[in-house]
Amino acid sequence: MQWEIIIVMFVYLAAMFLIGVWSARETVKAKGGFIEQYFLGGRGMGGFILAMTLTTTYISAGSFIAGPGMAYSMGLGWVLLSMSQLPVGYLVLGVLGKRFAIVARKIHAVTIIDFLKERYQSKTVVILSAIGILLFFLAAISVQFIGGARLFESMTGLPYQTALFVFAGVVIGYVTIGGFRAVVLTDTAQGIVMFVGTVILIAGVFMYGGGVRPIMDKLMAINPDLITPYGVKSFITVPWIVSFWILVGFGVIGLPQVAVRGMAYKSSKAMHNAIIIGTIFTGFLMLGMHLVGAVGQAILPNIKVADTVIPEITKTTLNPWLAGIFLTAPLAAIMSTVSSQLLVLSSTICKDLYINYINPNPNEAFVRKLSFFITALAGLTVFLLSYNPPDFLVWLNLFALAGMETVFLWPTLLGLYWKRANDAGAISSILVGVSSYLYCHYYWSRPFGAHTIILPLILALVVFIVVSLMTRPPRPETIRKFWG
Amino acid sequence: MKKQEFIDDPRYRIAAKEAWMAIALFLLNFCWWYAFAFWLGDQPPQEYSYILGFPAWFFWSVIVGTAVFCALAYIMVKHFYTDMPLGPDPCDSAADEGR
Repeated sequence: MQWEIIIVMFVYLAAMFLIGVWSARETVKAKGGFIEQYFLGGRGMGGFILAMTLTTTYISAGSFIAGPGMAYSMGLGWVLLSMSQLPVGYLVLGVLGKRFAIVARKIHAVTIIDFLKERYQSKTVVILSAIGILLFFLAAISVQFIGGARLFESMTGLPYQTALFVFAGVVIGYVTIGGFRAVVLTDTAQGIVMFVGTVILIAGVFMYGGGVRPIMDKLMAINPDLITPYGVKSFITVPWIVSFWILVGFGVIGLPQVAVRGMAYKSSKAMHNAIIIGTIFTGFLMLGMHLVGAVGQAILPNIKVADTVIPEITKTTLNPWLAGIFLTAPLAAIMSTVSSQLLVLSSTICKDLYINYINPNPNEAFVRKLSFFITALAGLTVFLLSYNPPDFLVWLNLFALAGMETVFLWPTLLGLYWKRANDAGAISSILVGVSSYLYCHYYWSRPFGAHTIILPLILALVVFIVVSLMTRPPRPETIRKFWG
Repeated sequence: MKKQEFIDDPRYRIAAKEAWMAIALFLLNFCWWYAFAFWLGDQPPQEYSYILGFPAWFFWSVIVGTAVFCALAYIMVKHFYTDMPLGPDPCDSAADEGR
């Protein structure tokens, strides 16, 4: 079966790279500052593209590999859990909403740190959040690279290092030359691939298994726990599953790679359409992929490594060409996630650190070279880290999602909606959030039965409010700039 | 806090209302999901009833829930969200184009 899959894979990677080349030409042609074009696509995204890039950025290897793997072992309860992600589309755009898009235009913000810098007028806030981005993103991206390369390796039979080289090379290539435009366009193409892939796979699985009821009966016969909401041996407790609504539903508002999309769309109409398309897309994909994982138990009950459930089922139920097309979907999920993270990483170094503090007035040609150079360099660094992954990366990645949320959620949200929020509040909230998260992770992993993230987020919010109220209010000029 | 000498951007009132609506939808979504899953699902699996082949709790909570909230998100946006310019100056809608 190998060669059909290899052909499909390479055609697919080549197509992504071509989109990058095309976007680079558009970016050069477009009017307006290079930075705004390269890192934000000139704030020109329409509704469909916004929906696709938002959801595919968020939907990573987790939803195609690890999530279905868990559903395979835990049954329908894990499908239930995955549905806590349904609100991502309408919540992120609804809550950051037009407010964020308007403010970003008022202050000419291109990155989340731009926004925080203007709002809190504090070097400490900028440095803390930049450190957060550098550390967590390096870890998060390289873990995605490793996942992508492993997947590529298992599908094509190429050795790991070669697979990594091809896979990472393509992603780094199109992000570097094409910038934000390339990222959102490839995200859109990849979103379509994921959608079509999911439709094909669901149909394939249920036809292969002989319909819904026979499959459920088979699950029941294997282990009745598989069709309860509690998972096998009550692994899924109620407070724990409920906390996922905070971790992957509400908290996602705080992720920089997601939030930055809240300031890059063209018009309010684009945002309205994106909410609708994004919600339907996320709902369908989450439900579909996790259901396939859960149902997989009835079709192939003896898979040893649960994470391989999607590739295994694909190979069993679909013909090789269709399988090849479908298997590009998880790869697409990974690529669309890393590409946006890579660009955030590069914009942090280039815009937030270099231009803010080292060289405030660089000329246009220099900025252009610098942006390409730093994006490529960031990509290369991650590539080298993934080549022979050190232990600390795996360790850091454990915190990447939750860590990001503890750093960015409250400073973004309160900075946007609460006039009284000030720098002292933001700084103490970041410090308390991250340190209490680390504490909970090691010593108290399910406080009051909830997921580790809940208590630190509550603490960070309380500290933010209390400290802000105890210290001086932000300067009137700042308030006028943001609210006036 | 001292009284401020300027008027808040008028678009913010609408934006805030829309943000609260999104949060309300989120809470409602959660309630639906929770109620059906743990009310219908909280019995021995041998006694489950089935709809279209799925256990009833799963059908109502996950499958119907997803469809209902996609539809509600659609209704919220189409009927309650307002179109507005996003440019830096609220009165100048032309500044919105081409940015």
